Amino acid sequence: MTDLEYIVDVRHVKKSFKDVHAVKGVNLTIKPGEFLALLGPNGAGKTTLVEMIEGIQHPDEGEIFIAGKQWKNHQHELHQMIGLSLQETRFMDKLTAWETMRLFASFYKLDTVRVDEVFQLIGLEEKKKAYVNNLSGGQRQRLALGVALLNKPKILLLDEPTTGLDPNARREIWNILLDLKKGQKTSLILTSHYMEEAEFLCDRIVIMDQGNILVEGTLQEILTLGGGHHSLDELFISLTGRHLYE
Amino acid sequence: MNKITNHQLYRLIIAHFAEIIREPAVIFWGVVFPILMAWGLGIAFTKKGDVNIKLSLVKVITEQDSVHETKLAGYLATNGNKKDSTYTIDLKNEKLGNVNLTFYETSWLNAYTMLKKGKVSLIIEDKATDTKYHFDPANAEAKTAYQLVANLASYGSAFYGVNQSGIVPLTMTGTRYVDFLIPGLLAMGIMMACSWGISYTIIDRRSKKLLRRMVATPMKKSNFLLALITARFTMNVAEALLLFVFAWLYFGTKVQGSWPALMVLFLAGNIAFSGISILISSHTANPEIGNGIINALVTPMMVVSGVFFSYHNFPDWTIPVIRYLPLTMIADGFRSIFNEGAGFADVWLEALVLTSIGTVSFIIGLKIFKWY
Repeated sequence: MTDLEYIVDVRHVKKSFKDVHAVKGVNLTIKPGEFLALLGPNGAGKTTLVEMIEGIQHPDEGEIFIAGKQWKNHQHELHQMIGLSLQETRFMDKLTAWETMRLFASFYKLDTVRVDEVFQLIGLEEKKKAYVNNLSGGQRQRLALGVALLNKPKILLLDEPTTGLDPNARREIWNILLDLKKGQKTSLILTSHYMEEAEFLCDRIVIMDQGNILVEGTLQEILTLGGGHHSLDELFISLTGRHLYE
Repeated sequence: MNKITNHQLYRLIIAHFAEIIREPAVIFWGVVFPILMAWGLGIAFTKKGDVNIKLSLVKVITEQDSVHETKLAGYLATNGNKKDSTYTIDLKNEKLGNVNLTFYETSWLNAYTMLKKGKVSLIIEDKATDTKYHFDPANAEAKTAYQLVANLASYGSAFYGVNQSGIVPLTMTGTRYVDFLIPGLLAMGIMMACSWGISYTIIDRRSKKLLRRMVATPMKKSNFLLALITARFTMNVAEALLLFVFAWLYFGTKVQGSWPALMVLFLAGNIAFSGISILISSHTANPEIGNGIINALVTPMMVVSGVFFSYHNFPDWTIPVIRYLPLTMIADGFRSIFNEGAGFADVWLEALVLTSIGTVSFIIGLKIFKWY
């Protein structure tokens, strides 16, 4: 497993819903430990691509390998190595943060030692006994991130983890992710509307639009390739004709 | 590491259970409300207080008649108590219970307004020559009022007090209305608790994307549903016990038949409605649609399955259908155990059918279940 060159290997993947071609033959690879930002306006196909990597959508054509394995025959193993945080997930309101974490820990057969570690990691120890519906937006998002990190995932999929958060709460999430980047061999696929989030956290940036990858590389590479733009914002507008948040 | 408290099924049950008991509204609607309903209806239909019947009296006076010449008004003027334009007559009978008749002397227009508003159920058209009664014959209360007033007009108020020795009021446990009601409420409790507690919870969690988040882990899908059913069943047992203890202490309700048979039927009823609840909530992620689906399931059964009143009042051709509805099977089975001394031999078929309905619904529901 450690010898694998790519932890995620997406090959010529296509996916359509009725008449809508959501993903039109995408190739994408991610190395172990690499942080990758997937940017694109609404309808670009990034959610469909992430859902296929996550295993809840199946490609019409092409193949996806996660740590060399495909979802079809390795569901249980792949669930063990993926961590996930969805933008809109709402945990059970009347469970405490601790109970929520313990519930998800039980799915991975983890005990309370790991739960305590994760609470420390996300800096939410003081809120262990608080009901989920009494947590602030930022605290809920940190809890969701903590749940995603419980199983020490090899691949972390974060769908707009800081949308709707104030700058301080956003910075707290970034710091947790930066620590993760330093400390563990976790690869990150991040979808975001925030350019600075991608610039700050990720090794590589992929810009998608209308089911295709328009450009990919490090920030410097894509700015140069894109014709010498000064910022990701400018590059994005020149590539798609739209702002990222549209 | 292998402690049971770390097992996912255990943690799921605890989580579902915590969600139920930490919500005060759930405790009110699940525990307090059925007891209030049993108390209210039990009291309403067993009370010994006087019955009050109100009627509109329209006097039709021709030029030749004087005011007191109309038939009933003449009787009331002599024998009733008059205050303003209202007469009252009290009919006394210790066994039947007293009846207070109130006659509002009024115009046709006002009489119809009172009827439409439900203040009276009968309009008496009182003439010097005869008396006519205007009412809906399908309305049992109006029919009773008509019979009382017609007898009053013919024989005077003494008619109501005759033959008291021939009336034997039923007070024996098992024959009162409350004995009919309590098993029905217990059955309805199972249906309501499962359909809202399981179906609505699933739809709500699907809409919040929690189901999608959970199936992205190694959680066993069947464990999620099993835990939800187990937590709900535990609550249902507690709710049913509290209602029964209340009925036992307050109304003296007794189980005359077999307790094991009652428990088997209770379990079968829970299996049936748990399975049905999984099936009806297997697809939608929209709580409003879920609301509609659940209401479409529970409302017809609440009306026709004889929870509050016997379904034998429905047309004959509907009875075979009504009898095999899940709620009817549970309510009928409970009643036969509570009031007729029935045992396992009398309810095994119902228990088997209910278990089969639940199991088949659960299997189909699980097959077509949408997790996201």
